Amino acid sequence: MSPISADQLRKIKLKIQNENALRYGVGRAKVTVHMGTCGIASGARDVLESLLVDIAQYKATDVIVAVDDCVGLCEREPLVTILKPGQKPIEYEKMNPDKMRHVFKEHFIVTEIQEPVEGESGQSNEGKRSQSN
Amino acid sequence: MKAVRSHLLLCGGTGCRASGGMTLKDILEAELEKRGLSDEMKIVVTGCNGFCALGPILVVQPDDVIYVSLKPKDIPELVSEHFIKGRIVKRLLYKHPVTKQEIPTMQQIPFFAQQELRVLRNRGLIDPEKIDEYIGRDGYSALAKALAEMTPDQIIDEVEKSGLRGRGGGGFLTARKWRTTRSAPGAVRYVICNGDEGDPGAFMDRSVMEGDPHSVIEGMIIGAYAIGASKGYIYVRMEYPLAVKNLAKALTDARAYGLLGDNILGSGFSFDIEINRGGGAFICGESSALMQSIMGKAGEPRAKYIHTSEKGLWDMPTNLNNVETWANVPLIINHGSAWFASIGTKGSTGTKVFSLVGGVNNVGLVEVPMGITLREIIYDIGGGIKDDKKFKAVQTGGPSGGCIPAEHLDTPVDFDELTKLGSMMGSGGMIVMDEDTCMVDVARYFINFLVDESCGKCTPCREGLRHFLTILTRITEGQGQEGDVELLEEIGDGMIWGSLCALGGSAPNPVMSTIKYFRDEYDAHIRDKKCPARVCTKLITFSIDPETCIACGKCKKVCPVNCITGAKKVPHVIDESICIRCRACYEVCPTDAVKIR
Repeated sequence: MSPISADQLRKIKLKIQNENALRYGVGRAKVTVHMGTCGIASGARDVLESLLVDIAQYKATDVIVAVDDCVGLCEREPLVTILKPGQKPIEYEKMNPDKMRHVFKEHFIVTEIQEPVEGESGQSNEGKRSQSN
Repeated sequence: MKAVRSHLLLCGGTGCRASGGMTLKDILEAELEKRGLSDEMKIVVTGCNGFCALGPILVVQPDDVIYVSLKPKDIPELVSEHFIKGRIVKRLLYKHPVTKQEIPTMQQIPFFAQQELRVLRNRGLIDPEKIDEYIGRDGYSALAKALAEMTPDQIIDEVEKSGLRGRGGGGFLTARKWRTTRSAPGAVRYVICNGDEGDPGAFMDRSVMEGDPHSVIEGMIIGAYAIGASKGYIYVRMEYPLAVKNLAKALTDARAYGLLGDNILGSGFSFDIEINRGGGAFICGESSALMQSIMGKAGEPRAKYIHTSEKGLWDMPTNLNNVETWANVPLIINHGSAWFASIGTKGSTGTKVFSLVGGVNNVGLVEVPMGITLREIIYDIGGGIKDDKKFKAVQTGGPSGGCIPAEHLDTPVDFDELTKLGSMMGSGGMIVMDEDTCMVDVARYFINFLVDESCGKCTPCREGLRHFLTILTRITEGQGQEGDVELLEEIGDGMIWGSLCALGGSAPNPVMSTIKYFRDEYDAHIRDKKCPARVCTKLITFSIDPETCIACGKCKKVCPVNCITGAKKVPHVIDESICIRCRACYEVCPTDAVKIR
């Protein structure tokens, strides 16, 4: 560690808030992988792994991942639910790692590029959230 | 590489550590490793959550689920059910004491729901050993703002407008103290953080120092800038090893970031802090005794014809504030005085942290707005009295506070109201007593504590306390005389008028307040030689009711002096001449046949 400026202080704050988004419950979306016995039997664990690898690779730590129990649609497992604040949840069925990668990119990477290029990342994120509300 | 999908926030407060929290951490780590989850689930050891009676506590994020009273054997199930399959393990959740319903999230538990977290804003949310996590929660932004945008006078004005009063007990206006220190002549000025929390049953300051040390340090740096101090001391007692460790780490990290030392954040202002460990003497929580102790002298107070804010440490202007007071400062700078004063009462703004202990269902650390009633704290947050017993009194303000009876339960809690009732805010200890408490015995207990802790420098305190103890002991042993109560009151008056410092001045409180509200109990002890609460051993007798005794022999087995006789199907009998009144038979009797009179 070396002496920091007020500006660097702000940068550390934003970095930590992004890294710890899941702890403070302020992510931009929540992706739930259903991990009942049926889900695990049909490969939900691999879907989860692939999702976590993508999040790490794209540093998208504000995408919050949850695991949940079976929802009762066992034959369509693995199921994945994507919930963005203020929007209706989207369910994906019969998932596999490849599909998961595709869904992740469509939801969180491609749309990112289509957004107007931001001046300050924190602000544009705020704006997006209130828009979707 | 995989992203972390869950944070396991394990409470690392002293309470949870004492109930095995760190063993749990090792077991949890091993289990995660075994199930291949180590790289996607992160264990974070946080500061105290405040729900100490139910430790060890684990909060699982992002699911926002709180598990309580965890045991090592619960871990494998927790990992396979919740962490792998996403099923909440219901039997490990908090259960409502009345409805017996399981409550999964912190916000739904009444103990947490009715608190207003300001000083404890980062409670259970950050790893106190990581400065970055504090910064991530707005930490040091108030310091940056104060140094860049505010003059020292503006800071003191803001603190003055907020109405902040010292949280250590006296309730002195913080800004006034700061202004006096700032304008007092002296080559150097000092600021001190008083972390010498000595009240039995109080752990508010310990929790803040252990769980969020940077909040105290940030407050001190802002205060030092406002006052013009170049050096600070944090006085912590040796009995708080974890607080010392976390504070030391925090100071090192703050120094490395240039938040302490020369030219802080490029402002030209220089300041550093040193930790001073106290030996644990209660008197060293008194400001002038504490300063003597820092200077390496015996911890004795001095008369304050000249305030320590003018001549304190090495006769230089010195400003001393309590841990909680300092932790409030960054909030006032960041959110403004109007925000701070928006809750509380007219004379006491903001919040106060209390350690709620004794006969309540939810023992722990609570932060509430000033002005909340005692009833709300004890019944709504504290969950009422344990084992459905009746409330008798609440003792506030530590050993030199007073006991407040049921008829004043609706009193709003603030500095002035508690003083009016003959008690005081003190640093925020709150001991709840049920109907089985003897108030004379309580007074004797606290006086016994104070006899040991009085430094002995001034006569009223030293001698007054000793005579208090002699008289109170005599009363509880059935040797009380007519006129003893009046004598106690007279001694108390003398101590209030004549003592050198606040310890002696407030030491009569436990006696005076119990006489004021529970005079009948004193009279019963003295005139009838009876202890109405059936506590004082010299005044009670044990007997077994032959009607209800089922002759199970349990009492016979536990009696340490073998004074119980009886055979199968023959009701048992206690020999009063041998009985030492240890209560063991009373505790084990399955049919409540053992009677105390």
